[in-house]
Amino acid sequence: MKKLDNLEVVIGLEIHVELLTTSKMFCGCSAAIFGAQPNTLVCPVCLGLPGSLPVPNEKAVEYTVKTGLALNSSIANFSQFHRKNYFYPDMAKNYQISQYDLPLCDGGYLGVDINGFTRQVGITRVHLEEDTGKLFHVGKGGRIAQAHYSLVDFNRSGVPLMEVVTEPDLGSPKEARIFLQNLKSILEHLGVSDCNMEQGSLRCDANISVRPRGNKELGVKTEVKNMNSFKSLERALTYEVERHKQILEGGGEVEQETRHFDETKGVTTSLRTKEYAHDYRYFPEPDLVPLNIDSVWVEELKRDLPELPDARKMRFEEVYKLGAQDAGILTSSKIMADFFEECAKSYPKPKIIANWILGELSYRLNQENLQIDESAVTTRHLVELLKLIDDGTVSGKMAKDIFEEVFETGKLPRIIVEEKGLSQITGEKELSTIIELALEENLSAVEDFKKGKQRAFGFLIGQVMKLTKGRANPALVNKILQKKLEELK
Amino acid sequence: MELHNLTGYKLHNMLQTKKISAEELIKAVFTRVEKVERKVKAYLNLDRDLALSRAKKIDQNIKSEKKISFLTGLPIAVKDNICTKGIITTCASRMLENFNPVYNATVAQRIIDRGAVIAGKTNMDEFAMGSSTENSAFGPTFNPWNLETVPGGSSGGSAAAVAAGEAIFSLGSDTGGSIRQPASLCGVVGLKPTYGLISRYGLIAFASSLDQIGPITKDVRDCACLLNEIAGHDPKDSTSLRTNVPDYTKALVKEIGGLRIGIPKELMGEGVSRDVKDSVEKALELLRGLGAHVEETSLPHLDYALSAYYLIAPAEASSNLARYDGVRYGYRAEDVSDMLEMYSKTRALGFGDEVKRRIMLGTYALSAGYYEAYYGQAQKVRTLVVRDFNEAFEKFDVLISPTSPTPAFKIGEKVADPLQMYLSDICTIPVNLAGIPAISIPCGAVNGLPVGLQIMGKVLGEETVLRVAYAFEQNFAGMGKPPLRI
Amino acid sequence: MSITVRDVEHIAWLARLELSERDKRKFSKQLDHILDHAGKIKEIDLRDVPPTSHVLPLENVFRKDESEPCLTDKEALSNAPKKEKGAFVVPRILAQD
Ligand SMILES: [Mg+2]
Ligand SMILES: [Zn+2]
Repeated sequence: MKKLDNLEVVIGLEIHVELLTTSKMFCGCSAAIFGAQPNTLVCPVCLGLPGSLPVPNEKAVEYTVKTGLALNSSIANFSQFHRKNYFYPDMAKNYQISQYDLPLCDGGYLGVDINGFTRQVGITRVHLEEDTGKLFHVGKGGRIAQAHYSLVDFNRSGVPLMEVVTEPDLGSPKEARIFLQNLKSILEHLGVSDCNMEQGSLRCDANISVRPRGNKELGVKTEVKNMNSFKSLERALTYEVERHKQILEGGGEVEQETRHFDETKGVTTSLRTKEYAHDYRYFPEPDLVPLNIDSVWVEELKRDLPELPDARKMRFEEVYKLGAQDAGILTSSKIMADFFEECAKSYPKPKIIANWILGELSYRLNQENLQIDESAVTTRHLVELLKLIDDGTVSGKMAKDIFEEVFETGKLPRIIVEEKGLSQITGEKELSTIIELALEENLSAVEDFKKGKQRAFGFLIGQVMKLTKGRANPALVNKILQKKLEELK
Repeated sequence: MELHNLTGYKLHNMLQTKKISAEELIKAVFTRVEKVERKVKAYLNLDRDLALSRAKKIDQNIKSEKKISFLTGLPIAVKDNICTKGIITTCASRMLENFNPVYNATVAQRIIDRGAVIAGKTNMDEFAMGSSTENSAFGPTFNPWNLETVPGGSSGGSAAAVAAGEAIFSLGSDTGGSIRQPASLCGVVGLKPTYGLISRYGLIAFASSLDQIGPITKDVRDCACLLNEIAGHDPKDSTSLRTNVPDYTKALVKEIGGLRIGIPKELMGEGVSRDVKDSVEKALELLRGLGAHVEETSLPHLDYALSAYYLIAPAEASSNLARYDGVRYGYRAEDVSDMLEMYSKTRALGFGDEVKRRIMLGTYALSAGYYEAYYGQAQKVRTLVVRDFNEAFEKFDVLISPTSPTPAFKIGEKVADPLQMYLSDICTIPVNLAGIPAISIPCGAVNGLPVGLQIMGKVLGEETVLRVAYAFEQNFAGMGKPPLRI
Repeated sequence: MSITVRDVEHIAWLARLELSERDKRKFSKQLDHILDHAGKIKEIDLRDVPPTSHVLPLENVFRKDESEPCLTDKEALSNAPKKEKGAFVVPRILAQD
């Protein structure tokens, strides 16, 4: 087995995004399907009943054009829907209304910051189509392979689905993850999708191949599906890169196939469906007329595009004097950036806000697997806490404990301080008494200090904090203790 | 005269003046049905009780009304590919034998809202694929003029019902001649309107870019009256035209002096029988006599229209019919072990041969490696056919041809040879490819079998087409009624 | 031009139609015959002719993004050959080897 060190990873992504419209793509059924009872948000059109006909949702077209503009695509002035024909039980008509050679948005790119340099990732196309229904497999483990039979719910059938396809321009699983995070943030800023990967409103498939660096020809690619978070995207692709490498190093050949990522085992497995060559028999959808996208309208949309993450990041650096990295992370999620700016309105030290959001808050959110808007912590909580530190009511150390409780209970910091009597002891008299007590109890340490052992000073401070349960103002303790010890000398 | 033999227009006036009631009328029609239906077999589904209770309700509603809408109380037969809520709609297929729509087609909703009484659902070729109604999964319909011959198709049931007096008029659908050819073979009037004039929502699709619903009636006035009721924009159909619908009865004037009529020689070629040609020639003579200029012309690409049609229509059909898979509705094969088996058994047992043939033909025409040569090329031919018609309508107000190359043929005569059957649509198909309106009206008889005259107009030229048809009809001796020896 | 039994098998698979051996032979003959006739259109040079998928002078037909009432679940499932817990039942999707 020869070790292949100089391998190049080539990744392209295919991202499906459910659009945040009120109604479905081709009918008036509500598109807010999450949590609904099966087959309660369906009509003749999205159930594919005989005789029903599609009428496209104007908003979905608008959202797709906006996305194209944000991704530097050229917006087609002539676009068409095609039928993609294949049989599958989640398909109401056994064809999907999609786009083929005339997508709404053609080409484009997205600049992605990776380890300090910017990589231009090519966008192949952005097009519009309809989502399928959902299958529930009944039988062992709910997986398709062992199922006895399956249930079909068509609520999701016909939800507007935007497909973004990238060029194979991504060089590592990490790059793929960062690209997807950037794209997600753009879509959030545009307001076209809620991009909830777990609920499936943002879905990502990846084509991945490996080749010796310098080779012109691409290696054999595999398609990886079922990656339900950024983390699992990176994990799945990292696994897949390793798998390809091992096959190539062992002198084998990678098999072109579709693989399923198993979240719990952290491995990809072959779907092992009978791989017949697909023949989708695309042809122009005869139930729909062509789209002639008005360039004046496109100009209007372009003018009215909201501030996008890149611009926002620059503004964060300029206005709030944040470092590039912090600004980048904050703007990689719209709700996080919004949270930051909301805090900044009522608290004058942006750097400290950023530290708290990216530190404590993000840490806990990650632990609990929550989004910022799903946690109990609001901007009001954070600002209040920061103000309590500033006015000396609590120490930084105490603030962290209070934050933990805020996170757990959603109580306001001031209430927590009151309830627990947590406010900092800042009275010099009170502290003096406690310090004297500490000195009396630790005479040997006092002796040590007198002998010139500086360490004893730290020990004594610790004892004071212990006696006050951490509520003593550290600066004040320091000052008073210093004085007392000088007096003893 | 018996009520069932009267036109909708006359019956409307009688209902308006309270000379008859809707109940009497539907009863008269059902009496006629009882007498002849077992021979004609025009209907797949008759719900007397439903129709009767509806007629009674209508009588109640209009008791005190001075002016009633045209359709109020008139019995109408509806082709069984138009969805009717709560009334089984089968498309004459095993696949939909028990299919009970949960919604009304826009056209069905309109005629119901305007007071029509649906007498029943009529027989047809399965999924509208055929020209003789022999492809019905539930047995053929028989031509009232001669029970040994076919009524034409695919709207054979709708045409035969009108000819036999089993309905006052009916709705059919026309993808390649499916209204006009049976109208011609049954000696009644049938109109295929401009593509987009009538909503397709709820019409079970055969070939979406060609399908169109239209009226089948006893005369041209009824045709105009019924068209008035069903034409107009529908927001549920993206291919529906936003156009102001005129009152088509205003077009019914006998005057056609100076009108320019073109006769495409491609539609009077070898395929057309001598007898039919003679009838058409005589009709043209009559029109000349009324002051029209009649002139032969050429639309060279019509020679390729049949080929293009038999690639485009099956291609669209192969996709439209993919939804019949046994999952959500319709027939499902029993005892299957997996999905693939369920699909292929369900479709093997649910569809008849002609449907399978066209699905396969269309699948082939769209499949990798053949798309350009077949479907792609056919779409280009379609462009040329459209251009030919556009050019012709610069010179002519209407074009005229036979509707069908032959009168009604014997039952079973063409069943074994699909291509021969396809050729019976040779005169009607170009009209669908171009999306233009065309009417078939009776213009003569051969051996006791009716011959139809096809009058084609430009896009949204229904008024001109109706005007010519009306002028001809008023000056034509007429066909009388089918002898129907029962 | 000729449509072989193998072609018919492939098309029938794409279209999910189970055919008997007799059917395959019959359809291959018939389709061959029809395509022979339809193949006429290959004679013409159509390089510069644009395709027509629709004769309509229509473009940009849209709906406003407003939600409308749906079917009841009872209506939605009223024609279902097999249902369970408000859903349509289908047999196992992957064949057992
Ligand atoms: Mg897609
Ligand atoms: Zn719907």
